[in-house]
Amino acid sequence: MNENDVMMLKTPFHSRVEAACEINLWGNWMGYTTPDAYFDVELEYFAVRSTTGVFDLSPMNKYRISGPDAAHFLDRMMTRNMHKLAIDRVAYVVWCNDAGQLMDDGTVFRLAENEYRLCSYAKANDWLYWCSLGFDVTITDETAEVAALAVQGPTSCSTLTAMGLEGLEELKPFDIRNYRFDGEILSVSRTGFTGDLGYELWITPSKAEDLWDRLFEAGKQFLIKPFGSHALDIARIETGFVQAGVDFVMAQDLIRPGRSRSPLEMGLGWLVDFEKTHFNGRRALLKERETGSRYRFVILDVDGNKPADHSFILKGDKQVGNVTSAAWCPTAKSNVAFAQIEMPYGEFGEELTAEIYYERELHWTRVLAPCRVLDGPVFNPGRRRQTPAVAF
Amino acid sequence: MDKYDVIVIGAGHNGLTNGAYLAKSGLRVAVLERNPYIGGATVSRELHKGWFYSNCSYVCSLLRPEITRDLELPRHGLQVVPYGGGVTMMRNGDHFGNYHDHDRQYREMARFSKRDANAYERYAADVMKQTRLIRPFLLKRPPDPTSLKLRDLKDLAEFAGAFLDMGEEGLADTIRFWTKSVGDYLDEYFETDVIKAHMAGSGIIGTALGVYSPGTAYVLLHHYMGDVDGNVGEWGFARGGMGAVADALAKSFQSFGGEIICDADVDQITIKNGKTTGVALKNGNEIGAPIVVSNLDPKRTFLDVMDPADLPEEVIKKAEKFKIRGSSGKLNIALDGLPTFNNLPNDSPLRVGEMHFSDSLTRLERAYDDWKDGTWSKDPYVDMLIPTQVDPTMAPPGKHMMSVFVQYAPPKIEGEEWTDADKDGFEKSVLDQISAYSPDFKDLILHCETRTPREIEAEVGLTEGNIFQGELTFDQLLFNRPFPGYAQYRGPIKGMYMCGSGTHPGGGVMAAPGANAAREILADLKRPDIIPGGYADD
Ligand SMILES: Cc1cc2nc3c(=O)[nH]c(=O)nc-3n(C[C@H](O)[C@H](O)[C@H](O)COP(=O)(O)OP(=O)(O)OC[C@H]3O[C@@H](n4cnc5c(N)ncnc54)[C@H](O)[C@@H]3O)c2cc1C
Repeated sequence: MNENDVMMLKTPFHSRVEAACEINLWGNWMGYTTPDAYFDVELEYFAVRSTTGVFDLSPMNKYRISGPDAAHFLDRMMTRNMHKLAIDRVAYVVWCNDAGQLMDDGTVFRLAENEYRLCSYAKANDWLYWCSLGFDVTITDETAEVAALAVQGPTSCSTLTAMGLEGLEELKPFDIRNYRFDGEILSVSRTGFTGDLGYELWITPSKAEDLWDRLFEAGKQFLIKPFGSHALDIARIETGFVQAGVDFVMAQDLIRPGRSRSPLEMGLGWLVDFEKTHFNGRRALLKERETGSRYRFVILDVDGNKPADHSFILKGDKQVGNVTSAAWCPTAKSNVAFAQIEMPYGEFGEELTAEIYYERELHWTRVLAPCRVLDGPVFNPGRRRQTPAVAF
Repeated sequence: MDKYDVIVIGAGHNGLTNGAYLAKSGLRVAVLERNPYIGGATVSRELHKGWFYSNCSYVCSLLRPEITRDLELPRHGLQVVPYGGGVTMMRNGDHFGNYHDHDRQYREMARFSKRDANAYERYAADVMKQTRLIRPFLLKRPPDPTSLKLRDLKDLAEFAGAFLDMGEEGLADTIRFWTKSVGDYLDEYFETDVIKAHMAGSGIIGTALGVYSPGTAYVLLHHYMGDVDGNVGEWGFARGGMGAVADALAKSFQSFGGEIICDADVDQITIKNGKTTGVALKNGNEIGAPIVVSNLDPKRTFLDVMDPADLPEEVIKKAEKFKIRGSSGKLNIALDGLPTFNNLPNDSPLRVGEMHFSDSLTRLERAYDDWKDGTWSKDPYVDMLIPTQVDPTMAPPGKHMMSVFVQYAPPKIEGEEWTDADKDGFEKSVLDQISAYSPDFKDLILHCETRTPREIEAEVGLTEGNIFQGELTFDQLLFNRPFPGYAQYRGPIKGMYMCGSGTHPGGGVMAAPGANAAREILADLKRPDIIPGGYADD
């Protein structure tokens, strides 16, 4: 496939996705035609939470990083200690510019001794190129060479086992295991963006359609359904996952000074390893740790049932922050908002107010909804971590 | 001193909700349940190995989201999964699909009548106006129109205000709506018989009235006023069956220190010097408490577990006259696979919702004629669902559980008790109807639990098997539920209260009666009100 041939690209699963997309509602994800919804956003969301949902992940940016210096290079770029990442393991990562400001988040898969794959939200060719100067590594954009599906939900392990992936239940979170699939390698990782039991499948595009067919055949008795990006968005908010470009501005896109965020300010401090020698942004982050952050990322439980989209957050009368993502969470049955709060506000348990504007029949109403800072996501089921995976 | 501050009789979902709030407030509460299991009509039981039935109630919408959230029911294991729309299969082989997706629904209606498809917008708006009127009052006690107490006057003013807001025409519409038959109401909007029949079902479920009986339009509203995640009128499945609602409420109740005692059949509420002192069990044990709350229907409460000598004459009379007529039955079926239905593909989203076979109002009215004649409907109205299409926990993989709610089944057969032969006849008429549309259905049946009003009364304790603990007609709603003068959850004796579906706002798995009753009890004890208010609709 030539990237310049068409305006919008199609993923290797397109024929199947198109057939499954009953309501014909399409969106654009990274230049690919992808369904916003297949049949009903709400019901798709619940496939992920009650049975198995399948999401075509192929447009995700994927970079192969190989060579003798691969580990060194990644360790230098990422805030986490990448030397600790074992073969057949995955790590959630963020990376910063020299000012300690977030560039993006993503996942690093260690496929072999000197072989890694980086999945990033935004295109990273430029940044990877500049960071790699001086390292003996080869970086290849393999976005179009790897087809990927997320298979998520309580019956996902049963579905994949029924498809013939023996021993899958033993896979721990962030483990990778390779299976044979029609003479090709089907790589399976216990990862996902839904906060539930779930897996991601990686395969060469020529086998994509077969994989889809076999997966849906095996999953039938486990009530498998495809889901689109709208349903995914609800699931990720419910489980507390921030999204680049939505919950923080990627530093490389920044125009106005001061609008980017550091990992410490995004509640991602646990990903920053100050013990390791050097990484991009280390000095700035050390300084921030000493002198304090400007903002705090919080998850709020908002009273009432009106989603606090784009709301201002107040302490008394004073505006101390704003909401970046908000949703009524259908499984946790709570009204959740992600917010950036000016320090020193936003400590766990603190009572704040969300200034919510909403419209009904062209009439706008403003409510001041009390809200409370939570200490974690509202949805975090045990089955997400349990190994061996439990059969729903 | 008594071991408990409060005894709740009956571990139905309202008894558990009531207990949960009282325990949360710090009171020592015991819920006593006659059966070896909890839930009442909100229960899941494994009657065939590997299959869990929602034995009575089977779909969820009325459950107040404010209570779900406040009592942290998701954390205690409750998940409600919405389903999409429904379908009425027709005798001519066609079907009408009521799609969840709005545009699809329009296109489907237009296949029958463009005018109907368009009129649906007006219909939906009009029904929504009525739900908007009633929803704010679900989590409130009904005001007493004869009282001059400040709180009643305030509540009345609010109620009147909501009415007046609707304007003169709106007011007239409302009164018509509350008193009309669902058939007449639908005739004002639609011309297509199958569309009317599909919509009318909600107006007769659980009631001993027909589609042309006045008052059934309100019953329709009662089925529309709930929501799933804010989508008013939508219904869903509780994952694991409806027992998941009772189980989560029980866990919440226990997390506040509440105690549940099963196999505790209450014989009588004990009263001394005009005050409640506790209960006496059938096994002879007595348990003392200054407050006793009855989760039972009004007839059982006043005519069964209370001594007439303790009650004012007027209450006995009202309880005797209370309308609580059985009209429904239920089949729960374990299936070896997913049955096929004529002309409806197996992966059609319509099959995940409610399925019906009554394609005209005439057929619905005929089904009611049988009830009046004292027998079960030979061509019944069924509300049939297969929750295992979205819930993997109720049957083994690849197998299914089918819930068939059946209207009508009278409390007595031509004046006599139901016999086993009657029950078989009732079961047969339902199975035959389904298999007329599904060639492989009968071959897939592994087990079938059939419940006539006789079983519902005997096992769940609902008098005459009335699913709502009393007919939902205007004379028994709001400040008339269960009867005038006793609509604020207080019984005629000090320390005695009611919290079941026989009180405002009525039947269904709603938890509102239980919560509202707790608010009154806490007020009488001068404790802070910890019951959440309702979410505003606009
Ligand atoms: C067949 C059927 C289908 C239904 N379908 C739906 C539906 O799909 N959706 C919906 O929302 N609603 C439905 N309903 C209505 C709904 O289930 C009821 O309105 C609701 O569950 C009643 O709850 P409750 O707590 O008020 O009373 P109940 O559930 O009636 O609880 C009363 C409890 O008291 C116990 N008890 C009785 N006598 C004694 C005694 N002497 N001592 C101790 N304990 C005693 C009983 O065993 C029972 O557990 C259905 C009802 C039935 C019967």
